[in-house]
Amino acid sequence: MKKKNLLAIGLAFVLSLTLILSGCGNGNGSAGSSSSKSDSSSSEALSGKITIGGSTALQPLAAQAAKEFMEKNPNVQIEVQGGGSGTGLSEAQAGNFDIGMSDVFAESKTNIDAKALKDYQVAVVGMTAAVNPKAGVKNLSKKDLQAVFTGKVKNWKEVGGKNQKITLVNRPDGSGTRATFDQFALDNKTPAEGITQDSTNTVKKIIAETPGAVGYMALSYFTANDKSVVKLSLDGVEATEKTVATGEFPVWAYEHMYTKSKPSKLVKAFIDFMMSDAVQGKDVPAQGYLSVKDMKVQRDATGKQTDK
Amino acid sequence: MKISKIATADPASRLDNNAKLINEKGLLWRLTDRASETRGKMFIYSSALLMIVAVIAITLFLMIQGLRAFVVDHLNFWTFITGTQWYPDRTVNPSYGAFPFIFGSMAVTFLAALIATPIAIGTAIFMAELAKKWGTKVMQPVIEILVGIPSVVYGLIGLSIIVPFMRQHFGGSGFNLLAGAIVVGIMILPTVASIAADSIRAVPDSLRQASYAIGATKWQTIWRVVIPAAGSSLVTAIVLGMSRAFGEALAVQMVIGNVTKLPGSIFDPSATLTTIITLSMGHSTMGSVLNDALWSLGFLLLLISYVFIVIIRFLSRRRNA
Repeated sequence: MKKKNLLAIGLAFVLSLTLILSGCGNGNGSAGSSSSKSDSSSSEALSGKITIGGSTALQPLAAQAAKEFMEKNPNVQIEVQGGGSGTGLSEAQAGNFDIGMSDVFAESKTNIDAKALKDYQVAVVGMTAAVNPKAGVKNLSKKDLQAVFTGKVKNWKEVGGKNQKITLVNRPDGSGTRATFDQFALDNKTPAEGITQDSTNTVKKIIAETPGAVGYMALSYFTANDKSVVKLSLDGVEATEKTVATGEFPVWAYEHMYTKSKPSKLVKAFIDFMMSDAVQGKDVPAQGYLSVKDMKVQRDATGKQTDK
Repeated sequence: MKISKIATADPASRLDNNAKLINEKGLLWRLTDRASETRGKMFIYSSALLMIVAVIAITLFLMIQGLRAFVVDHLNFWTFITGTQWYPDRTVNPSYGAFPFIFGSMAVTFLAALIATPIAIGTAIFMAELAKKWGTKVMQPVIEILVGIPSVVYGLIGLSIIVPFMRQHFGGSGFNLLAGAIVVGIMILPTVASIAADSIRAVPDSLRQASYAIGATKWQTIWRVVIPAAGSSLVTAIVLGMSRAFGEALAVQMVIGNVTKLPGSIFDPSATLTTIITLSMGHSTMGSVLNDALWSLGFLLLLISYVFIVIIRFLSRRRNA
């Protein structure tokens, strides 16, 4: 009996070892297949494997586009992972991801050689502050919003709301949503410490349940019939897709897909599909993003806004 | 088919054939022979070696990554562990002070131990001393189920029950140090209880009998004889629970609030070493100062868990002496 057990343990050990080894080899494997697919792409039918990873904000859109792309090209396998914008940029630069998704410009991150990467702006996401209904505010001037987020104002009555203590809900350091909000809503002022959560759903839940809580999230998370959080207007400008597109509402960011400066034919084909009307006209608005084509203004990596 | 035909024809040639088959099987046989001495030895030695290599490799890797913040990015080690300002993404003058997280981890761990210990030891006494049969038949499986519940479930329960409770009764957002300590305390409770029960069962019966013989009551026997006798093993159980509490990330992250400021009271939101790593790691790029600082926090975690292990070893050595 004991020997049988030993054999079983041995088998389990070998099995786990193979699993570990195959898990480790995954990153290299995908890189290898991406080089091999450039050979096969000389023929008409696309085949091979693409690994996409990074920003969790862009993940659902990429996954939807990948699904449609794979239906059209059955020999192509696309894997969409999360991991965060930082991971997306690092792994795209290292070559482990064929496409790295990011909420921020590669230029804004140190240790990333932005020139070695090619930037595809696949969507625009608008965001604004979300306030608990008990705070009694619907509109704030940018100055007041900054006073709230930097901790200069502790009670909503000081900015025209009800007598309710302010509770800040932040995003983690380095998060793309935080970077965008800090840059365009707070004009690069450092926000005061507050509760920090990563997932937008958790942030929304906390704001809805905590009297006087304020945070920020993408516009797609505010729905018309949802009264659990108040969508804040800035300087009297309501945050809608229209005001973001015209550049009236300042808090928005590109969703980026980064590839190596010379993407393989397959990767390029997927990016082209991503920018095509099939995705830009249907999936992008369906997932709550704005198409880059609808934007009447544009921005560079430093945040400077110009008319298109 | 051929063989069976021959076999029925001539019994002698069948024997011969069988011998041949065994011989032919030689290579396969050597690979699958359960009794093979060298094979067993090789397997056992190599697993032991793999284990040691893994431990050394992880320590070295964490050390190299963790020291980058000080060697490559020139952060001051002292201000890193004592500083209270954590502003890594401030455009001017970013600062990396990890003391709030070290304090948060310690506070959660000790508060959790404070919450879990009395209940766990009580449960252990009940299981091992009072209701021995019921204890092993019913309580043991119940506790094992509790150990098996994933930490994210504890976190979810904390988020939907403890946090609203805190908000209603103590004000604020409800996310605070105490909520984290309660969630982790409940989480480590079964671990501590089952190890404590084992150490109480290990106390020799002769001690109990001697105690009863001089006229001690059941309570006196438990309090004055069994617990002191099990003493250091009970402490080991608590320290083991604490080391689990120290390393917990997910459940704590869901209820503690993750504020990078030093908490003023247990009703203030706080953060721990583990929560700040899980929150920020994905957003930072490999090799950036923030990423290196997070690795340093990870290295710090490893060092502190080594301290826990040293304490456990020290306690068990004292028990054996």
